[in-house]
Amino acid sequence: MTISATRDSTTAPDRPLLDVHALQIAFPAGHDVARAVNGISFTVARGESVCLVGESGCGKSLTALSLLRLVPPPGRIEAGSQIVFDGADILTLDDERLRDIRGQHMAMIFQEPMTALNPVLTVGDQIAEVLRVHTTLSRQETWTRTVDMLAQVGIADAGARAKQYPHELSGGMRQRVMIAMALIMSPKLVIADEPTTALDVTIQAQILELLRDLRARTGMALLLITHDLGVVAEMASRVIVMYAGRVVEEANVAELFAAPSHPYTEGLLAAIPKLGQDTERLHTIAGSVPLPTALPSGCTFRDRCPYAFERCATEEPALVQVGSAHRARCHLIEEPARRATRHAVATP
Amino acid sequence: MSRRLSPAFVLIALLVCVVVAGPLLSPYAPNAQLDIITLRSQAPSLAHPFGTDAVSRDVLSRVLDGGRVSLALAILSVSLSLVVGTLYGAISTLAGGVIDTTMRRALDIALSIPRLLVLLAVGALWGALSFPALVLLIGLTGWFATARLVTDELRALGALEFAIAARAMGVRGPRLLWRHLMPHLLPTLVITASFGVAGTIALEAGLSYLGLGIQAPQASWGTILRDGAGVAQSEWWLSLFPGLATVFAVLACNALGDALRKQFAPNHVLSVATSRAAAPTRVAGTTSSPALPSSRTVRP
Repeated sequence: MTISATRDSTTAPDRPLLDVHALQIAFPAGHDVARAVNGISFTVARGESVCLVGESGCGKSLTALSLLRLVPPPGRIEAGSQIVFDGADILTLDDERLRDIRGQHMAMIFQEPMTALNPVLTVGDQIAEVLRVHTTLSRQETWTRTVDMLAQVGIADAGARAKQYPHELSGGMRQRVMIAMALIMSPKLVIADEPTTALDVTIQAQILELLRDLRARTGMALLLITHDLGVVAEMASRVIVMYAGRVVEEANVAELFAAPSHPYTEGLLAAIPKLGQDTERLHTIAGSVPLPTALPSGCTFRDRCPYAFERCATEEPALVQVGSAHRARCHLIEEPARRATRHAVATP
Repeated sequence: MSRRLSPAFVLIALLVCVVVAGPLLSPYAPNAQLDIITLRSQAPSLAHPFGTDAVSRDVLSRVLDGGRVSLALAILSVSLSLVVGTLYGAISTLAGGVIDTTMRRALDIALSIPRLLVLLAVGALWGALSFPALVLLIGLTGWFATARLVTDELRALGALEFAIAARAMGVRGPRLLWRHLMPHLLPTLVITASFGVAGTIALEAGLSYLGLGIQAPQASWGTILRDGAGVAQSEWWLSLFPGLATVFAVLACNALGDALRKQFAPNHVLSVATSRAAAPTRVAGTTSSPALPSSRTVRP
């Protein structure tokens, strides 16, 4: 009785589709552990499009893999972490039910389709494999749906293409195949880990267009992982900015672009070249993301922050509410006057 | 098939033809004692191109018949080791965790025991072994290197992105191994097998020579060599022809292995997938484990 009551409350439509709470992913590093993802929390609502943004090495991709419990060993999701997807607690789920979710209700598009597709199987075979694993369709029907899906992701002459191997397709087509694999079961959530990074610019635009189009048609939720704020502006309704394994800011796209609260977000936005602005050099954020084994005390961004002051070295800021759906992790929110004193950051 | 394969294929084709068509080619029954008085220990002549042995049997007929036995023994026992080794590797990888570690350590121990010593010990304990028993004995002592190769390859393949992507789609462990990873292992296994057959032909010759392999009167290359052992100087044809046959068969199988390796290695599709991480030639040797892109384990 109580069990069904709990389940009802968790699957109620007002609950977010994906609820990640205090997620920690650690890797053993000598006698110590490196926390590559350090207690991040976020939600994705049904049909919502959310972007996870951050530099290389901030833990974005690891977060994505953890949602399907695919963190590569020796990496480990630490106790206390919680991932609830559509009422199911991913981290305590038995393998059978987890496999049911993978590919059927939650699917993933990988960054590099050349390595994410199996070189010895035809692309049609690989898409059909998802149907074979999750359905009991006949051979004929499996193939028809595969070819149909390939056509839906914009591959011309889908019937012939389905019989080709990944190396016979162009980069853009390979990514379309990955998208077809991810979408063939009409999942509730699609995680796309930098889906356009490996592609050239014109193809990037086409792939994003395709994702937007498919999302509009299917009503799936999309968790898009990217380092490109240009992609964010086009694709997302909400943005989560990650830095060194933590969420440093979270806001609606419009609000984040108009009024970033965290100096890191500010830096990322300033790094986008603007049309009609004549600059000799592009803006950069000095330094790079600290290693998870050598995080500075206090605020992890302080070494690279132009506003850092004494408090930043001693006390780690909490994620505080800035607006109705806007949170940021910075002492400047409590002491806005400090923003006046901007200093140069030494490049190490 | 590319031109590069042809010399090796010609050798193998010749070998197979000779052995398959052996009964048609050989002028006499392999064990027939033709004339114990007049045809005893005759040097090669037109009537008996390879000469005759001490009990007047035709050596050409015996070499042809013995070849069938030697090759059959090699092919059957190598097939057995391939099946056992692959299964062991697959089970170890699928089980993962403590079982995987234990099975790997067991393999290390098995690999450290000299094989010839085991074969000699078994031969000494049981004496004459039948053909099926020999296949079992050689097959079951020869799969350790294959198992090592399979576990290492599967472990490396399982860490590659397409394996993770397949798991992300809900593909379960056994299916992942069989449908998604095994096709990548096929070239390696075929090459291992051809080198394995070469090694086993030589091993059988050695064992039979020592009296532990095929038993008289059944001919095999090793047993004919044994017949000629004491009289190598006077009745040289008893040692020369089975010896040449052994060398030829071993060379042919090794050439085939090399040709297949060249065929698969440079443009095999797998090298595209792993080129970012792997060593240039993934399909390396028969016994040593190839350089691996990573030591992450598969957890299907």
